[in-house]
Amino acid sequence: MKEIRYLWAINEAIREEMERDGNVLLIGEDVGGPGGSFGASRGLAERFGPERVVDTPISEAGIMGLAAGAAVCGLRPILEIMFMDFMTVCMDGIVNQAAKLRYMFGNQYTVPLVIRTPAGGGLNAGPQHSQCLEAWFAHVPGLKVVMPATPYDVKGLLKSAIRDDNPVIVVENKALHAMKGNIPEEEYLVPIGKADIKRSGSDVTVVATSRMVHESAKAADRLEKEGISVELLDLRSISPWDRDTVFTSVAKTHRLVIAHEAVKSFGTGAEVAATVSEEMIHELDAPILRVGAPFVPVPFSLEKAYLPNSEDVYKAVKKVLERIL
Amino acid sequence: MSELTKGEFMASYRDMVKIRRVEETLMDVFSAGEIPGFIHVCIGQEATPVAVCKNLKESDCIATTHRGHGHALAKGIDLKLFMAELFGKKNGPCLGRSGSMHLAYKALGIMGANGIVGGGIPIATGAAFASKYKKNTDVIVCFFGEGSAGEGTFHESLNMASLWKLPIVYVCENNGWAEFTSQSVHMPIKDVADRAASYNMPGVVVPNDFLEIYAAAGDAVERARRGEGPTLLEVKSRRWHGHFVGDAQKYRAADDIEGARAQDCIARFENYLFSNNLLRPDEAAALDREIRDSVSQAIEFARNSPFPDPSELTEGLYA
Repeated sequence: MKEIRYLWAINEAIREEMERDGNVLLIGEDVGGPGGSFGASRGLAERFGPERVVDTPISEAGIMGLAAGAAVCGLRPILEIMFMDFMTVCMDGIVNQAAKLRYMFGNQYTVPLVIRTPAGGGLNAGPQHSQCLEAWFAHVPGLKVVMPATPYDVKGLLKSAIRDDNPVIVVENKALHAMKGNIPEEEYLVPIGKADIKRSGSDVTVVATSRMVHESAKAADRLEKEGISVELLDLRSISPWDRDTVFTSVAKTHRLVIAHEAVKSFGTGAEVAATVSEEMIHELDAPILRVGAPFVPVPFSLEKAYLPNSEDVYKAVKKVLERIL
Repeated sequence: MSELTKGEFMASYRDMVKIRRVEETLMDVFSAGEIPGFIHVCIGQEATPVAVCKNLKESDCIATTHRGHGHALAKGIDLKLFMAELFGKKNGPCLGRSGSMHLAYKALGIMGANGIVGGGIPIATGAAFASKYKKNTDVIVCFFGEGSAGEGTFHESLNMASLWKLPIVYVCENNGWAEFTSQSVHMPIKDVADRAASYNMPGVVVPNDFLEIYAAAGDAVERARRGEGPTLLEVKSRRWHGHFVGDAQKYRAADDIEGARAQDCIARFENYLFSNNLLRPDEAAALDREIRDSVSQAIEFARNSPFPDPSELTEGLYA
């Protein structure tokens, strides 16, 4: 094992896949010479040259369509969209084109495209540089969406995404870029669509994504001291999501809290809660609770008040243990 | 540009007439309710797809638009396959999922019509990027209308294509109508090709004439194949009918429609062929009969083909 930062795990994943397959290339704004606006592609232009690490104009709609077109013609582009907020500028390329080309054209084409994009708050970047929009994309048939929360998962999931023959959106969390964690020295992959059981427990299941996995772990530590046993699942993939692991856990604990940084309304939590209700409401001993951001843009100054945290998870778990269905 | 042989002139003429007969027939079967949804015909614009595609080889790719029947036929799609897809049948190349507006046929490099105006431009540019990346000599032709030139993707794509000298030809079929809006209402210039200057690429304007389009497209395709980058080629084509079949065109003056019909690219080409002894009227009549027969056969084939089964609804969403 070796210790690595989340950001450098991204770099390693791209580097290894570009070494392995000459059709893999990195496209985006500032990814080449500058090494990426967060530094994720440092050194890659020097290693692979400007043909494979392509600095583009500030043209999100254009580069999204370009990457989709290159993908259907046999390349395996990794497209960096600098902030997830900027994905709004290229929705046609993602939703009407990349997601649909295969199905709409009767499976004649595949679209092996990866879109890497940093999301989330914590940097006081304000309303247009801090959003978590993963639910938008999970709502679109034809896309896959993953949200790695650790250096281990970001490397393994990004490598799986690059090898996948479908468009995969890899939602990084900027606040996690500096996080350190252990990864194997040798090559490994993390499968798309598989949750990770971060800790086993018996009283309540907490399903979390991205940064909220770590906030939920803090809450679980505190709850453990009070004698409450939390089973914490890191969903890792939003679409497809690991229903089996969630169902198995809920069948054991009979209580469920879902925690994500995105706005609570119409989010991943709503989908998980609705599905659990549809499939196994008889297993539930209490209403399902969700932890998410309030229904406002991410403010510059009040970001701390905005962002959901371990305290919110702690309170939700306490509440779900008190309430009986 | 290579000189056309007599056979190639004949083939070009046959392709143009075929496109017109297909479109006329489609108007009838659509109006009779045999095809649901929308269709957009290219009657009056047949010269462009044929003249451009005569400069392409099979592995070259095209990206097209909602008004894309002519492009697919000119690139060589089998008429029965084409018709089966338009009827939504299972044996269409897109399994009946695309219909008219999203028709694609990978085997001939038909990368798809696109239901989003301007949506195909960056995709075609990406295909050109892939061609250059893989160091093959395939050229991509991106067809679009002057309405697309109002989309941001037009600007972004042409900028990148010129910056990176991508092997692509942007063919703007300027028929004067962006859906229901005339050019003067949405564009302060007459020639879309003027915009090429700002991307540092050649901008060429040609009339709705087979020979002129063929020559200009030939130059542009050769330039792209030599690795010298893109060209913006604008054809002043004319749309005889509405935006979609069934459009009453109340927004359009009668003399504009008459003017479009007066500039019939097929009649013009026919006159050229007759006066240069490249085609005789009796040969033209025989060709027309042959084409009408093959269109009827394709329609019958499509009618008699099976619809996809509902059990196939979710098949192949992911690879």
